[in-house]
Amino acid sequence: MSESETSVAAVVAASDQRNTVPLKDRMKIPRTVMPELDPQVRSRNFGEVNLGLPTLEALTEASRCIECAKPGCVVQCPVGVKIKEVVALICAGDYLAAASKMREDNALPAITGRVCPQENQCEGGCVLGKKGAPVAIGNLERFIADYERNSGQLGLPPIATSTGKNVAIVGSGPAGLSAAGDLVQKGHRVRVFEALHELGGVLIYGIPEFRLPKSIVKTEVDNLRRMGVEFETNVVVGKSVTIDELMHNEHFDAVFVATGAGLPQFLGIPGEHFNGVYSANEFLTRINLMRAYADVDQPVYDCRGRDVIVVGGGNTAMDAVRTARRLGARTATLVYRRSQAEMPARVEEAHHAIAEGIELRMLTNPVEFIGDEKGWLTGARCVRMELGEPDADGRRRPVPIAGSEFILPANVAIIGVGTNANPLIQSSTPDLKTNKWNYILADPETMRTSKRGVFAGGDIVTGSATVILAMGAGRKAAVSIHDYLTTGLWR
Amino acid sequence: MYKIVEARSVGLNIKQFVIEAPRIARKQRPGQFVILRLHEKGERIPLTIKSSDPAAGTVTIVVQAIGKTTSLLNCLEAGDSILDIVGPLGHPSDIQNYGTVVILAGSVGTAMALPTANALKQAGNHVIFIEGARSAEMVVFEDAIRQASSEAFVMTDDGTYGEQGLVTKKLQELIAGGLRINFILAVGPVPMMRAVAQIAVPLGIRTMVSLNSIMVDGTGMCGGCRVLLGNQSKFACVDGPEFDAAQVNFEVLMQRNAMYRDKECQSLRDFKEHEQEELAELRAEIAAREKDLAELEIAAPSMQEKHYV
Repeated sequence: MSESETSVAAVVAASDQRNTVPLKDRMKIPRTVMPELDPQVRSRNFGEVNLGLPTLEALTEASRCIECAKPGCVVQCPVGVKIKEVVALICAGDYLAAASKMREDNALPAITGRVCPQENQCEGGCVLGKKGAPVAIGNLERFIADYERNSGQLGLPPIATSTGKNVAIVGSGPAGLSAAGDLVQKGHRVRVFEALHELGGVLIYGIPEFRLPKSIVKTEVDNLRRMGVEFETNVVVGKSVTIDELMHNEHFDAVFVATGAGLPQFLGIPGEHFNGVYSANEFLTRINLMRAYADVDQPVYDCRGRDVIVVGGGNTAMDAVRTARRLGARTATLVYRRSQAEMPARVEEAHHAIAEGIELRMLTNPVEFIGDEKGWLTGARCVRMELGEPDADGRRRPVPIAGSEFILPANVAIIGVGTNANPLIQSSTPDLKTNKWNYILADPETMRTSKRGVFAGGDIVTGSATVILAMGAGRKAAVSIHDYLTTGLWR
Repeated sequence: MYKIVEARSVGLNIKQFVIEAPRIARKQRPGQFVILRLHEKGERIPLTIKSSDPAAGTVTIVVQAIGKTTSLLNCLEAGDSILDIVGPLGHPSDIQNYGTVVILAGSVGTAMALPTANALKQAGNHVIFIEGARSAEMVVFEDAIRQASSEAFVMTDDGTYGEQGLVTKKLQELIAGGLRINFILAVGPVPMMRAVAQIAVPLGIRTMVSLNSIMVDGTGMCGGCRVLLGNQSKFACVDGPEFDAAQVNFEVLMQRNAMYRDKECQSLRDFKEHEQEELAELRAEIAAREKDLAELEIAAPSMQEKHYV
């Protein structure tokens, strides 16, 4: 039965489960399964993998919540979404109210519902997870956000009267967008500067269409625009204008630096200049931002019928290998120097990747890229690894196995092993203090930097992290910026 | 949207554009570049800035039609708009009083070298400018290079203008004539820059080359423009574009610049077949965008330009 044919009676019956079905029986309901695009189909296109829960399934899933007195899910959420209340509103069938409750703490629910690592956050704190499967909070979040968007009844929050204060936000990624939403509500004039030609930062250039459709990011940006946030693209702060010029010449009273982690790390092994070796940032930017898979001018090395390897174990590496597969790679292999258990990528992503025919080569590390006389990549010389003693962050350190070298054939190699801080802002703002890795120093609670009136948050402070942590930083910064603008105190 | 206020042909397939881009005009220094994009499906390409007028809020760029994007760009006229321009990017040229400076520029590279030549002359250097072009109709800005230098030479491959020969022939003549050179800047095709390096570096002359590797974002984010200096990787967009010629691995640069050659040629052939349709499509897209923007302005009257004093 399709969604539109779902009878009102069925929905009413389902909404009532919390009242009619005893807790003991509700606890026996298995976790609903997110419907997915068929792996055979999706590994050849860029359609969204997760299709979203239908209404009845969402209601059933919500009824699994046992309404803990002290909900662990809320504690584990980086932005403290009132999940228990949200789920109760879903059970009551009031999805718009649920979405509105969600927006009190999370300005971008359609996005976080898709890309948050819920297994480590809200769902990791769900008591049901101790014995069985936790409530699918992420899927419910996405359900209400999508319901709200499709209903066209987005409840934009009220905007306070103008304070006459101006805030510049540098970067339109998750940290910048969430700060912009909070600050404009408080009556400040907010202008967001973006270096690229499209708004959304990593949500646009980094996360692929099949995980986060661009139309969703665009809707969120348009909502902020409706709330009065101004956007200016094609401005590289640090080059087109400096922080000092924004404050002195353009009269911004406060600046929030949310530029994200920027510079791609390479492996520093011989042969990295062969044609066909990309950083994951370049590969993903060409595909996601420049849409090199469609009928466009932006060229990307043709993956069709080729062997593609991706080096790394995080979500970026996972995004890259799944993208290569969709571009028609003959083989798409993830090469990671530790074992699957240590992989930082989301569990769901690894499952999706395997279903799409991606090979995981664990405990393998490239030591040299090899190529032909014209400079094209032909393969990677790799060494097998074994796990030794745990290192400083508790993960077992990979150690090369002597004499285990072998050649992995590859026409394309994509390096997704992390990023370094982009220095453009720091180098043009002498009084902005940084740590030894050149990330900006900011107070973890107030997001204040060493420079009066300048705040920073997200990956440019913490190094590569997650969308939700960046959003959390944006929200904290908004509180702190509002305090500074209204009291004039730098505390 | 960035309005073209002036467009004129300055040589065979070479066009000069004056474009409204106030932020870039305010900040531009010699040696820096912009990245532009013409339409929704267009690629981002880097182009060096020839000059800027901060008061008028305009920048001047010079474009030689080589591939699809530059060919389409060169169909545009005054009154048209460019969808996206970002900059100024890269480090400015290092302007010092070196003493005697030789600048070698190949054709459209002349436009890139001009602002640096001017600045070096103003810094008290004796500036010798050698411009090279394939043929007479590709010699550009001759008056400007004479003004920006103390001595200027024009070389053409076929001898149809100035002296016959490559720019390196003139450089070797000057060196053979006993000229003591303190600094060289070469801007042009990679083989030309490599040839200059091969002459100058063994003589211990400090030589800089402006590298034109393939770029995407221009902010250091993608690493596509990486060049090999000795055994170190550098990003042309944020670490350059000018690098010490003694360190540059020109072979790797040429290999990497050829990475998309087949696709570029195909794209250009397709464009040539549909030039007028593509131009009409581009203009329609820009017009639609302008209309959207105008509507946004009405919808959000909070755009308070008064804040920008």
